[in-house]
Amino acid sequence: MSVKISKLIYTLGLICLAQVGFAQDDLLSSIDNGDKPKEYIKNAFKSSRVINGHSIEFIGKGVLDVRILHRFGLLNSGFSNLYGLDQATMRFGFDYGVLNNLTVGIGRSTFDKEWDAFVKYRPIQQSTGGSRPSPVSVVLVSGMTASTTPGIYPERNYYTNKLAYYHEIIVGRKFNEKFSAQLSSTLVHLNIVPLSTDPNNIYALGLGARYKLSKRTAFVVDYHYILRNLGENEENNNTAGSLFSTMKNPLSIGFDIETGGHVFQLHFSNCSGMNEKAFITKTTSSWGKGEIRFGFNLSRVFTVSKPKA
Amino acid sequence: MKKIILWSLVAFISFQAAGQKKLYSTKTGTAFFDAGTGVENISGTNKAVMSVFDAVSGQMQSSMLVKGFEFWSQPMQDHFNENYMESDKFPKSTFSGKITNIDKVNFSKDGNYPVEVKGTLEIHGVKKEIVAKGTMKVTGETVAASSEFVVVLEDYNIHIPGVVKDKLAKDAKIKINCTYSLIK
Repeated sequence: MSVKISKLIYTLGLICLAQVGFAQDDLLSSIDNGDKPKEYIKNAFKSSRVINGHSIEFIGKGVLDVRILHRFGLLNSGFSNLYGLDQATMRFGFDYGVLNNLTVGIGRSTFDKEWDAFVKYRPIQQSTGGSRPSPVSVVLVSGMTASTTPGIYPERNYYTNKLAYYHEIIVGRKFNEKFSAQLSSTLVHLNIVPLSTDPNNIYALGLGARYKLSKRTAFVVDYHYILRNLGENEENNNTAGSLFSTMKNPLSIGFDIETGGHVFQLHFSNCSGMNEKAFITKTTSSWGKGEIRFGFNLSRVFTVSKPKA
Repeated sequence: MKKIILWSLVAFISFQAAGQKKLYSTKTGTAFFDAGTGVENISGTNKAVMSVFDAVSGQMQSSMLVKGFEFWSQPMQDHFNENYMESDKFPKSTFSGKITNIDKVNFSKDGNYPVEVKGTLEIHGVKKEIVAKGTMKVTGETVAASSEFVVVLEDYNIHIPGVVKDKLAKDAKIKINCTYSLIK
């Protein structure tokens, strides 16, 4: 009997000792239950645009992003044009972060003397931990453009003929600290097209990616593949004067450089349009023929509405 | 046999005594830092600091998620995480050390007690020994501790690029406020 008791006491003593030894190592383990709180993945891209197209990144609530964009002339236009720098089209725009997941923006391009406005919303943000983490971010963008030139049919100079719309869904993921990629599907609706055989709805698939070279610089690619007519309308693709006959797939390659509140995006591209309608449907230069232009986006953010402390 | 039982009891009790701890903890401590030069408000607050200390040995440990720092400006918060703290690579800042004059604090008597904390502070993956002064205010079973100290950013491999040199200070003032309660 007494042997049993002594054994029991020894056991208790050992348990007690073990507990002491355990607690000595890490005081924090006594309160840290190891639960990982839900964490949203941020900074997949440096800017709210990959280059031309929207990225899965948002500017944040109460933030005003002043964007000044330039696209120069063709690099192969010779020294007398300083390799395209003599000629420039530009867009200036203001984006405002209404909520963390909702941005509105307005801009004006010299190309086609065109206004554009958009709403960008992120229903799903990539996250880890918590109850329902998502491996990807999903972003919806809807916008419209209004040209203030007479357009392709000056004799039918109606207001509605100058309007176009675009709707876009983007699915993207930050794979790791350096690499992020996104796929997008865009519908551009043109209220007026050159030929009666041309479609008013143009679809494009987009691919955007960035690879960080250092903390403040990144390499970015932005490409859109335009879905042309198939089947019986295929001939229209080559008909002179038709929409698709001159349309090229826009491809831009560049670098993001971030300095404090500024992001500079320097790139080479075959497109000069700076809104979705313009760069998807109005790109006529071809990389294959060396028709490349230099361009830059300058983004400066201002926090105009401060969250209450 | 009786002797064995007796010695066992003695051993058991002494183990208890040696292992006795009086742990105070919090999960909602705040850490505030100010690294501005007066040009722009560059400061952030983390309201989820975890900290535990042992009122018997003076041992103290604290930890916080770097991403828990909140700023008045979202872009500033992004730059803090992305460019300066690299919080994906170094998600936590920790402190592990000792309150060197814990014996001067009478936890059964309400009042203010000056304390000194010595230990290892880890920020941005760099560990450094620090000594900081602070106070502990004992009120019943809660202890409100506060401390202020300065860290030099360069010591923790946090480099300041030229373009923000006039805005961002070389050292950050840090204020810690933790209201601990006794773990029972």
